[in-house]
Amino acid sequence: MPANTAVRPVRIVLAKVGLDGHDRGVKVVARALRDAGYEVIYTGLRQTPEMVVDAALQEDAQVIGLSIHSGAHMTLFPAVVQELKRRKATDIVVFGGGIIPDDDIAALKQKGVAELFTPGTPLQGIVDWLRKRFPQGAA
Amino acid sequence: MKVRARDPKQVWQLWKEEFEAAPARDDGLETSTISGIPLQPLYTSSDLAEREEELPGQFPYTRGIHPSGYRGRLWTMRQFSGFATAEETNRRYKYLLANGQTGLSVAFDMPTLMGQDSDAPTSRGEIGHCGVAIDSLADMETLFEGIPLGNITTSMTINSPAAILLCMYIAVAEKQGVPAAQLGGTLQNDILKEFIAQKEFIFPPAPSMRLVVDSIEYCAREVPKWNTISISGYHIREAGSTAAQELAFTLADGMAYVDACIERGMRIDDFASRLSFFFDAHIDFFEEIAKFRAARRIWARWMRDRYGAQDERSWKLRFHTQTAGVSLTAQQPELNIARTAIEALAAVLGGTQSLHTNAMDEVLALPTDRAARLALRTQQLLAYETGVANTIDPLGGSYFIEALTDEMERQAEAYFKRIEELGGVIPAIEASFFQKEIADAAFRYQQELEQKRRVVVGVNDFTVGEEEHIEILRIDPKLESQQVARVREVRANRDQARCSNALVRLRKAAAGTDNLMPYILEAVRAYATEGEIMNTMVEVFGLYTERAVI
Repeated sequence: MPANTAVRPVRIVLAKVGLDGHDRGVKVVARALRDAGYEVIYTGLRQTPEMVVDAALQEDAQVIGLSIHSGAHMTLFPAVVQELKRRKATDIVVFGGGIIPDDDIAALKQKGVAELFTPGTPLQGIVDWLRKRFPQGAA
Repeated sequence: MKVRARDPKQVWQLWKEEFEAAPARDDGLETSTISGIPLQPLYTSSDLAEREEELPGQFPYTRGIHPSGYRGRLWTMRQFSGFATAEETNRRYKYLLANGQTGLSVAFDMPTLMGQDSDAPTSRGEIGHCGVAIDSLADMETLFEGIPLGNITTSMTINSPAAILLCMYIAVAEKQGVPAAQLGGTLQNDILKEFIAQKEFIFPPAPSMRLVVDSIEYCAREVPKWNTISISGYHIREAGSTAAQELAFTLADGMAYVDACIERGMRIDDFASRLSFFFDAHIDFFEEIAKFRAARRIWARWMRDRYGAQDERSWKLRFHTQTAGVSLTAQQPELNIARTAIEALAAVLGGTQSLHTNAMDEVLALPTDRAARLALRTQQLLAYETGVANTIDPLGGSYFIEALTDEMERQAEAYFKRIEELGGVIPAIEASFFQKEIADAAFRYQQELEQKRRVVVGVNDFTVGEEEHIEILRIDPKLESQQVARVREVRANRDQARCSNALVRLRKAAAGTDNLMPYILEAVRAYATEGEIMNTMVEVFGLYTERAVI
């Protein structure tokens, strides 16, 4: 985000949901988004959907980025979306990354996950998507 | 005009001039190793360090731990496998054994790895996905049904709850009539790399180390053929470290375990020969071979010279290798067959004792039967078609490989000094030293890919528009409720008094200083579940949480 714009920078909560501890991807993404001018809050490992939504609300985040490598994405990603609905915070955009087969991507998008990034995605691809989604910075 | 010069320096000078005059590729690609070690375009005899002739089977074992190399015995083809329920995985094991696999290697699911039962709330969605679900001895009995444990060696990839799973294995063997003293296999049991890289920790470092030492001590007496620990660089590398970091951090962990056992009062030669190692075979072919060779040399020196081990077996670094999961691509997945073959060849030329080759579809999900067989066949092809097993350490003496081996050793020794300055491995973990080093290396590599200074075929170059769809293994969602029902049934049908007594005794022992293995074994025999045993210890030991650093 250029320093001379008046808009608030977009705040992003990045979280590892599920039981696995593979945090290489989420950490690389965290640094890249920070370098691109976003405010990044990384929650750390083993966050339940409730904990993720708590963090997003406390941090006044516009975006939640979820990372998982254990195969539990079909359970946990929609659970975060559900929790946002329950807390009436559906304006928060959810995206995800990890080892997610193609068929699951379509199903997850139907369940309200805005975008999914799989292995091999360039970091710039994630940044470009965010820029498109939030052209004016945070609302 | 060519001059026939006799003076080697003059010849080298001639080559250098011609090299510099020749046009260089201008593709902008790095010429350093994938880990960033700068490489010369050519290595010559002047790059060889002065040293005594090194030979296989002789200290410091740079050229291998066996005098006969693979002429005596090929490496063990050990495919890591496990998914869904114990029944399904038992079927896969029998399939792999029927296809010529020579050892078993158990992959557990996330709840099992994290020491919780299938009916715990946070197990939802995770059961049977990245390995087999094991909740109690009953599941373990099913897992090895019809597989005689006296005739096979088994590797179990489990860490925080390692002692429990080993006890379950011992208990299944008892039921098969196989005494513990006959059992062969490996327990990963490497908690330090969990704190450093894979992050499947449960207890804080001190009680975690106590459990590791308890199992090493117990096995030295009761299960003497068992490899009590597999000190692992694999996860460190997969988390993004360089080859030298993988080497250094793994061997530093190994020394930390040696220190802990000595502190317990054990004699080094009573346990050191049962320590084993586990490395990654990444895609940078020569760097990996150098890493394996350096590992043996460093370990031998430290064991003999620093720790004063007398038994030659204590000096020999034995290791398992897995090809690099991170090198696989979801794009054009058939390419993974080629990558894996090259990585496997590096492991073999590096003198590995056993090997897992990844399946082409593992970047997407657990492997299908067909992909798993293809991965095993890749090893068989290396062993039986290519002739690489005929000559011991065939790259020994290569100017390049020897220079790179020395460089790996130098970088590892420099890291040992830094770790010592930080007060040792555990203080360095608590200061996030390893975690930061690894995250920095991972980020640097990712930047190199983004800037296209390195190529991953099919990902940032040589891409195709439409990706081909490949068949992947799906875990039936029904199995989750089946496994939950199963663990509840075990809890309902066991001898409750025996089980709760065993847990009470375990809790008391955990608060004291006894070796916990006999107490865990008794709880396992009484069909206490993994989660119950872990929770009993958590009550005493507490939980560890890490500071999240990016």
